[in-house]
Amino acid sequence: MTEQVIARATGSTVSNRDERRRRRRNLRPYLLFVLFVGPNFTLLGVFTYWPLVYQLYLSLTDWDMLSPAKEFVGLANYITMLTDPRFLGVLGNTVYFAFGVVGGSVVLGLGLAMLLNQKLRGRNLVRTAVFAPVVLSGAAVALLWAYIFDPNYGLLRPVLSAVGLSSPDWINDPDWAMPAVIIVYLWKHIGLNTVIFLAGLQSLPAELYDAAKVDGAGPFRCFWRLTLPLLSPVTFFVLITTVIFSFQAFDIIAVLTAGGPASATTTLAWYVYQEGFVTFRTGFAAAGATMLFVALLLATLMQVRYVGRRVHYR
Amino acid sequence: MTHRAARHLVPRDPAARRQTGGGPTRSRAVSARGAARVFTLYVLLAIVAVIFVFPLYWLASSSFKELEDIYTYPPVLLPKHPTLANYPAAWGAAPFGNFYVNSVVTTLAGTGLELVNAVFVAYAFVFLPFPGKQVLFTILLASLMVPIYVTILPNYLTVASLGWLNTYEGIVIPSAAVAFGAFLLRQHMLTLPKEVIEAATLDGAGHLRMLWHVVLPLSRPMVVTFGLISLVGKWNDFLWPLIVTNTDRMRTLPVGISFLFREEGVLDWGLIMAGTVFVVLPILLIYLAGQRHIVAGLSQGAIK
Repeated sequence: MTEQVIARATGSTVSNRDERRRRRRNLRPYLLFVLFVGPNFTLLGVFTYWPLVYQLYLSLTDWDMLSPAKEFVGLANYITMLTDPRFLGVLGNTVYFAFGVVGGSVVLGLGLAMLLNQKLRGRNLVRTAVFAPVVLSGAAVALLWAYIFDPNYGLLRPVLSAVGLSSPDWINDPDWAMPAVIIVYLWKHIGLNTVIFLAGLQSLPAELYDAAKVDGAGPFRCFWRLTLPLLSPVTFFVLITTVIFSFQAFDIIAVLTAGGPASATTTLAWYVYQEGFVTFRTGFAAAGATMLFVALLLATLMQVRYVGRRVHYR
Repeated sequence: MTHRAARHLVPRDPAARRQTGGGPTRSRAVSARGAARVFTLYVLLAIVAVIFVFPLYWLASSSFKELEDIYTYPPVLLPKHPTLANYPAAWGAAPFGNFYVNSVVTTLAGTGLELVNAVFVAYAFVFLPFPGKQVLFTILLASLMVPIYVTILPNYLTVASLGWLNTYEGIVIPSAAVAFGAFLLRQHMLTLPKEVIEAATLDGAGHLRMLWHVVLPLSRPMVVTFGLISLVGKWNDFLWPLIVTNTDRMRTLPVGISFLFREEGVLDWGLIMAGTVFVVLPILLIYLAGQRHIVAGLSQGAIK
């Protein structure tokens, strides 16, 4: 539409006498387009799309990043990894982490959103507080929580002992390290999902609730029969995006546990970093990254396929 | 904009309506139950507030604690002998001066480049003709699906071969391309009133003038929103700066403080918390100032 207007406008101001100049003028918007998007597309090509292809190739090689020759090994890296119980443990950790984070995000995020949706004094301040950790550095948040988790002098010890529990050695105990990472991740990121749920709740039709009330439905019935079904597209959206984000979690794990103790918090993302930049097994790192990519691609496609429906409720 | 304003005027949330719309015919029993419900809600709200505010208070207060206030049980909530000593101590324990300069330079440069890219790309896709524009836009958006883990190995090799390890270029340039920001601004520019654009075109305004004098001023809220979320992202960025730097002198703040924790023998939490405050404080202040933009931008950003 606008293009036509512009084209017409440029066409009419150009004199008909000089054909060549007119053609050059008509080409000018094209050149300008190239000039405007050129740098960005060059960057995308060099630092996003080319790497995608090149790292697929790397995943088929045996290389340590230093020696001049890469040996082509076909699918050997993938086969070795998928038959290695240690790598299967990594996949298990990734799923464990994703389940914890997604479950917490959906249940607690929705609960927080419903609470903040009530007309209560100070709810805006609380909303500000809930969202604040989202903007903070994950590394800084991890340091703060490392102190809170300190089994002797941390903040959680008195809280736990108040309910008769003794504090585990959170980040140094293979059984407790993952729950610790999940808690920190949730604390930092839940504000985002809360805000998304809140927007969803505020877009629900009030008439339906009035009608349900007239029919004598209590708050629980309203929640199960109205809120939850109507909100399901938003819930699905939160679920998928949280899965996508959780697969890529890095800084909290890096600072809080560094994948340990005894690999208890080594997720696929940490594995890629570890193999790529610590043990320099480039082929394995690249193969791990490819698996991560495929998993994220599947999640994204599911989202594109199903989340479009949420438009109905907006 | 008008949409958002309108939403605040109309009380759309059903729960709030139920609660306020009781009216005079409400019986005593119901209002007593209502009071109990409101009380419960306030208790819950207070618990939530504590969960999210108290760790930050703990961070701040601990940064003023002496060692004896740290190594004690039960923990001291208010430092008995508040001290500022942790700050210079942390500053001396690691080259925080360098960290700060590096973080500020890379954040400003990175945000600036992303903004420039986003504005020009969005403008081009809305107001300029080009064959195959839709395909190019799809290619742009598809880049959102490529996670950083897929690109770090090749990009490390590229940056190394360019001689960019331990340089600002190495930190900034590989992540200077935008997709989400261009998308956000394009969506906004598509909604600009056609009459204004047409009037400017008929006045003979060239594209650069139209971009600078018409489109950019009209898009300011979106530009600010994207600028802020880009700023937050760059300041907190961890993985890429960690990979392309390996000297203390070139570390950024988030990467720098993480070594404070891992390398310290006996953990001096007061010192570590002081270092953490260095990282957290600037962004927290920006958040409190530009909260509306940041919350809106990031919750839209989640779509990525």
